This record gives sequence, C-alpha cells and structure tokens, in this order.
Amino acid sequence: MNMQMTGLRAWLVQRVAAVYVGLFSLYLLIHFTTDAPGSYSEWRDWVGHPGIAVSWALFFIALLLHAWVGMRDVLLDYVHNTAVRLVALLGLALFLLAQGLWALTVLLGAGT
Amino acid sequence: MTNADKDPRPKYLNLLQIRLPVTGIVSIAHRLSGVLLVISIPAGIYLLQHSLGGPDEFSSLSGFFSSSAVRLVLLLIVMAVAYHLFAGIRFLLIDLGVGEHLPAARRGAWSVVGATAIAFLLALFVVI
Repeated sequence: MNMQMTGLRAWLVQRVAAVYVGLFSLYLLIHFTTDAPGSYSEWRDWVGHPGIAVSWALFFIALLLHAWVGMRDVLLDYVHNTAVRLVALLGLALFLLAQGLWALTVLLGAGT
Repeated sequence: MTNADKDPRPKYLNLLQIRLPVTGIVSIAHRLSGVLLVISIPAGIYLLQHSLGGPDEFSSLSGFFSSSAVRLVLLLIVMAVAYHLFAGIRFLLIDLGVGEHLPAARRGAWSVVGATAIAFLLALFVVI
C-alpha cells in the first residue's frame, strides 16, 4: 500500500478493484443459489480448486485495495490534524495488510 | 483551515436543518455503507476460516447462522453490500458520462433506492 498513491492512480485502482469485487460477488451469488456446496468436503474442494482459490485471493486483494482508497478518502476528508491523520492512515494500512495476510493464509490452507 | 477562527463568513452546519437532495443522500450513504463493510471484513475472513477448518467446525456454522441475532446482523451486512454495489454501479456509470446531469442523476439516485428496496425484500425472504 503506497501512501504516495495519488489522484488518478488511486481513482483507477478503486474502480478496477470495484469492478472485480462486483463481478466476483455476482459469481458467488449465482454459485450459491444454483450449486451450493452440500457438505464440508464439497465446499473445501471448491475453494481449494486452483482457479477458484486464485479468484478468491484476487478478490481479497481487490477488496482490500478498494477499502484502502475509500477509507483513505474518508480519513483525508474528516481528519484534519496532520499527526492524527498519519496515525489513522498507518493504522488503516496495518489493519488492511493484516486482513490480507490472514485471508491468504486461510486460502493457502484450503489449497493443501 | 488555520484561519478558521478569524473567518467572518457565517457557518451553517445544523445537520437537522440541512436538507440534502436525494443525490447527496445516495452519496453519503455509499460512504457509510463502505465504512460498515470495511469493519465487517474480519468477521467475513473469520467465517471463511472456520468453514474451512474441518467438518465439525463447518457444521457448527449452521448452528451459528440459525441464531436470529446473527441473521439480523447478516441481513444488515447483505443490505450494505447490495446498496454499496448499486450506488457504486451508478458512480461508475457517471464516470462514463451516463446519468451525469441533474435530471438523470436524480433518476439514477432514485433507481439505486428502488433497487435496494427490491434487494431488501428478496433478502428478507432468504434470511427470515
């Protein structure tokens, strides 16, 4: 996560990530309404399938990048004290990074 | 910002008296739903982890989701997802120049409200 990520690039990352997250969510909705996994092994096999696991990993990466840009905008709009703002942005970055590592660990566990 | 105290211009920030147009409400609600969704990310990853933690943990989740308090929170999060998605699609369309000007922007905002209402009814059927 790049603190220097400014203007156009952040805007583009936000939109591209939004489209991926939206499409993947739609895919999940369709998958769970038409072909919901009926048992633990079915569920784990589905998540552990290489193509699905990679799509899930990309989903979390896109989701967290999208969250970063969105929350960064919120903090920049409402937190004006420079020190508080920096601490808040740092806390946000660490939080999102931790979420990403956690999600990827869970997905790696399902793939083995 | 530094001269805020000396600034002689009047301030009018009584939130109860400011009447936001529907486009403004859709915009601030998009922001609020986004913040709510960021806060619920850990719960999502936690559930994913448990669903993959073994047959026992997997089946214990159906007990977890049978609680009505859990279902209510789930309904709230699902609605935040649906709303954030609909309002987000509207913003992407505006980026492309669709529904950019005021009458169309208002129609777009009302469409987001309508789509969310329909999603709410569908979600009620599933969750309740």
